[in-house]
Parts: sequence; structure tokens; C-alpha cells
Amino acid sequence: MNPRYRPLAATTLIFVVAYGLCILQYPGMWSTRILGNFLTDNAFLGIAAVGATFVIISGGIDLSIGAVIGLAGVVVAVLVSHLGLHPIAAFGIVLTMSAVFGAAMGAVIHFLQVPPFIVTLAGMFLARGLASILSQDSIPISHPFYKTIMDLYYRLPGGGRLSAIGLLMLLVFLFGGLIAHRTRFGSYVYALGGNPTSAALMGVPTGPVTIGIYALSSLLGGLAGIVYSLYTSAGYPLAAVGIELDSIAAVVIGGTLLTGGYGFVFGTLIGVMLQGLVQTYIVFDGTLSSWWTKIAIGVLLFLFILLQQLVFSAHKAGARLKKAAA
Amino acid sequence: MRIPSVKRLLSPQLIALLGVLLFNWIVFPGFFDVAWRDGRFFGSLIDVINRGAPVAILSIGMTAIIATRGVDLSVGAVMAVAGAVAATCAVTGQPVIIMLLAPLAVGMLCGLWNGFLVSILGIQPFVATLVLMVAGRGVAQLITEGSIVTFNDPVLIFIGTGSFLGLPMPAVIAIALMVGAHLLVRRTAIGLFIEAIGINRSAANYTALRSRSLVLAIYAFGGVCAAIAGTIAAGDIRGADANNTGLWLELDAILAVVIGGTSLMGGRFSIPLSVVGALIIQAMNTGILVSGFPPEFNLIVKAGLIIIILVLQSAKLAPTLDRIIKQRPVQPSIQTSEKTG
Repeated sequence: MNPRYRPLAATTLIFVVAYGLCILQYPGMWSTRILGNFLTDNAFLGIAAVGATFVIISGGIDLSIGAVIGLAGVVVAVLVSHLGLHPIAAFGIVLTMSAVFGAAMGAVIHFLQVPPFIVTLAGMFLARGLASILSQDSIPISHPFYKTIMDLYYRLPGGGRLSAIGLLMLLVFLFGGLIAHRTRFGSYVYALGGNPTSAALMGVPTGPVTIGIYALSSLLGGLAGIVYSLYTSAGYPLAAVGIELDSIAAVVIGGTLLTGGYGFVFGTLIGVMLQGLVQTYIVFDGTLSSWWTKIAIGVLLFLFILLQQLVFSAHKAGARLKKAAA
Repeated sequence: MRIPSVKRLLSPQLIALLGVLLFNWIVFPGFFDVAWRDGRFFGSLIDVINRGAPVAILSIGMTAIIATRGVDLSVGAVMAVAGAVAATCAVTGQPVIIMLLAPLAVGMLCGLWNGFLVSILGIQPFVATLVLMVAGRGVAQLITEGSIVTFNDPVLIFIGTGSFLGLPMPAVIAIALMVGAHLLVRRTAIGLFIEAIGINRSAANYTALRSRSLVLAIYAFGGVCAAIAGTIAAGDIRGADANNTGLWLELDAILAVVIGGTSLMGGRFSIPLSVVGALIIQAMNTGILVSGFPPEFNLIVKAGLIIIILVLQSAKLAPTLDRIIKQRPVQPSIQTSEKTG
């Protein structure tokens, strides 16, 4: 097997084994209902995590995702419930706004040469602050269109439901994978993460690519906010607090290196599913308290970075060659 | 210590702090009133120092960590763990010395864990400390068994709300820690070592610097600082709240360090200026509260402040700005931007 795929294979294997162990203990977990709920409950996290994957592969970080989700949800709610716009129009406005917001952050990162950590921290404060100014409370959305979308589902064999937002998440992962591995933009992202200087010397337009990466991340954050507003039928300024760290954890568990230049969009899907699995297991167990979720995710995170460290120190020479090739 | 020259005293951070305080005074004329009551000072200014102390203490440890080109995201969670330990010790009636040392020991353990991941295993600081940030709050809840543990221990309450020489105890601790840490890094070679590691770790290694153990020690120090802040926070509310103690304070601490002029890329650092950064953040919070603005504006003002600092510190713009600033007597760019914020 190509050593490139080893961390990804290890992550997938661990997910399959963990899921198998869960099923051995609780046979009820082997059902398409559980799988369908997995997708629906983690849809917004998954969509946001695809954006985080691109940012992290490029060697950056985006702390503003959670705040963008909150802001997008509130703006949709204000546009639909207070101004009476049709949700589709509201979605268009929100997605455009999000992309512009991300592009602005990318532009600051590129042109001022400042660490993404601080720029996106400012973006996080700004987005969260704007959302709180728009509304302090949760704004309910009771448009018939929302009900129509949430009633859409595809019945899986075994009684499970693949909801519209679950399907949307899978589509985002599919498109994310295609963009990362099959387009010029995708290879630019890898090149930038591997080594920005050599990328620039090889003719990668680093400015537009950086702006594009953060625009994509915020665009997906906006989409995740729309999905979250569909999921909860409301817009709330404090929604999805800390989701940026969950999505970063999902990306890292999925085998993407935080140093940039290496990773897979598909791995992030496994990372999101593993976090969902931990939560579902704790619900099934019933005796474990909710704080075990946090501890388990922390331990998982540790095990995966340890695994990566081992894989990469064993193939350090190979990894260097790969980076040069990427 | 050397007497700092006037030029050094007029650092952009101090001017910014004065600007924010001046703004507070304009919107709330009683801002500088300080009263003496019940053997201690009272007033908005004292309140800024008191409320800013936990972030200031965090920023002291964070400065050293960021100077080595690292970052510690777990300090908020470590605060929660330390607070939980202190409260549990108080409730179970441990001797005072154990009650005070146990949280510090736990904080140091947390810091050593981070340091182990960063320094020995060579894991990126961001993700290495993310582990404890995620898991730490779970551990804190495990210690308090999910409830808010309240206590009536006079010593812990004194640390959180008492006063010494008329100043609130948290501020006294922060000042003592700041002076101690500053002397330690500037009167010995440690500060130079830290900067050497931050600027170029492998070069530091080639000069026979034991960067491994030094980085380990610095993360341990960061953990101890977080534990002190956690004990203060617990004493302040007379209880340990595993969910909310120190929540998102790691971001404030990092922000304070960045405002203080320490680059996230490591190297040059200043502990007192980080503390000034923490005070700027708190002065803005207090200013927005006393001026009657809705607290939501706080985040926007904070974002605006970061953007201004980014522009000022930006590697590309800094030389141009320097030229502009040198042509004028004071630094007007900061003052005006603070007032508009």
C-alpha cells in the first residue's frame, strides 16, 4: 500500500474497530437509524470541518468558524422572520456575506503577513459580536420552506432516514474531496501548506489561493450556519460556540497534519464520525456522565497525534520526499 | 533595576492603556475616583486591576510559552481543574498548606504534560495543548462530579476577595508574580535562552542550550500560573464551576501577550507589557460596562483593537509606520484609534 495512505487507513481501521466493539456491546447500534442520525446530528460540524481541512492543509488555522456559524444563523433568522425574505434568498445573501468575510480575513493574512491565529481570532470576536448585536435571543424561524426541507429524507433499508442536511454534508465532503484532489486549486493548497516559499517560487499564486482558502472556509461556515438553523429551526447568536476546536480536532483525528501540506478530506469525515460515535456510545451506556465525552475526545485526539508522530518519524525521509513532490 | 528612560516608558502599550482609561474617564467622569473604606481601596480603577488579575497571571506564563514559539490553549481548562482541586480540598477539610499546594501541583502536572508533548514528543504546541483543553474540563467535572462545589474556607476566600496593603489580593499576587518572573528572566540568562529558542530552536541547540528541559519547564510554569489564576477564580466565587471557570480566557491571555508586543512567531518578549495588555483588555471591558454600552459591543471593540495591533505590528507595514511615527512627536495612530474604539 502507498505509505501516503497509511494514517488514513489507520484512522478508518480504528473507526471500524471502535464501531465493531460498540456493536458487540450494544447490538442496537448496528442499524441504519443510528447511522442516519449520526449524519443528521453532525451535519453542521461536518460541513464546517471540510473548510477547516482546507485551511489546515494549507498550514493555517481558522478560529472564526463557530462564530461564522452563529452569525449566519442569526442573519438567516433576521432576514426570514423579521424581514420576510424567502429562505432561498436569505441563504444566498448569507453565503455571499460569509465568503466575503473569509476573503477579507485571507487578504489580511496574505497582505499584512500576520499569523492566521490572530487574524481569525479577530474574525471570531467580530462575527460573534455582530451576531449578538443583531439579536441577544434565539429567533425562531417558522417558514413553511424550513418544514419542507426538514421533512425531506431518503428512507434507508432498515428504517433509517438520510435527511436532507445529512445528504448535504455528504455532498460537501464529496465536493471537498474533488476540489482537494482533482483541481488545480487543491494542489495549490497542498503546495502552500508544504512550503509557502517554494510554492511561490513554483508559480503558485499565493495571494489568491490564501484568500480563496479562507473564503471557502467561511463559506462552508455560513453553509454550516444555515444547516444549524434548519436543524434547530432558529438563529441564536451563541450557537456553535467552540465548534472551531471540535472541527480542528476532527481534522487532526482524520489524519491531517497541523503543520500543513498533508491530509485528506475523507479522513475528516471519519474524524467527525468518531466524535459522533463517542457521543452515541455514552448515550447508549446511560451510566457514563457527559464529561466522559470530553475526556474520551481528548484521549482520542492524543492517540491520533501520537499515531501520526510515530508514522511520520518512521517515514521521515519518505515524508520529506512526498512533501517535495506534493 | 535600571531606571527606565522616558522613551521606554512611553511604549505604545502604555499609551494605549492611558488612552482607554482616558476614554473611560470621558464617558464616566467618576472613573478615577478611589475611596478608602474598610481598610482597602475602592473604585473603578481598582476594579480594573482586580478583575484583570487572572488574565494578567495567565499572560505571564503565556508570554514565556509564546516566546518559545509555542502556545498554550489549555490554560482555561487548567484553571478549572485547579479550582476544582482547591474546592475539593477545602470541602474535605485538608490542611491549609495542602489546599494551597495541591492545585499548584496539579497545574504543574498539567503543564508538564503539555511540555512533554511539545518538547519530548515534538508535537505542534497548538494541537498538543488542544488535547488538554478538550479533556481538562472533563477532568475538572470528574473531580467536582458535575456539580458546583461551594466552600466557606477563609483562606481561599481571602485569596479570591481579600486585600493586602489596601489592594485586592488577586492584584497583589499578579504584581508579585510579574515582578518575580520579570526579575527571573531579565536578571539571569533564562530570558536570553527563551528568546534564543523562540528565534531558532536548532541554532539554540547547537549552542549547547538544553532547549528540551527548558521548554518543559516553561510549560510547567504556564501550568502553575494557570493554577494560581484558577485558585483565585474559585476563591472569588467561593466555589468551583468546572464548566465556566476560565472559559475562553486562553484567548484573552494570548491576546494580552500579543498586545504586549510579543510575536506569535517567538523571540522578543516582555512580561510587564503582557500584563499591561491584560489591563488594556480589562479596562475596555470595564469601560464598556460603565459607559452603558451594551456588553455585546465588547467583542467588536476587541476585534477592532486586534486589527489595529495587527496593522501596527505587521512585518510588511511596520517599517512604513515607523517612518510616519518618527516624524511626529507622539504616536497619534494609536491614540486616535483607541478613542474611536
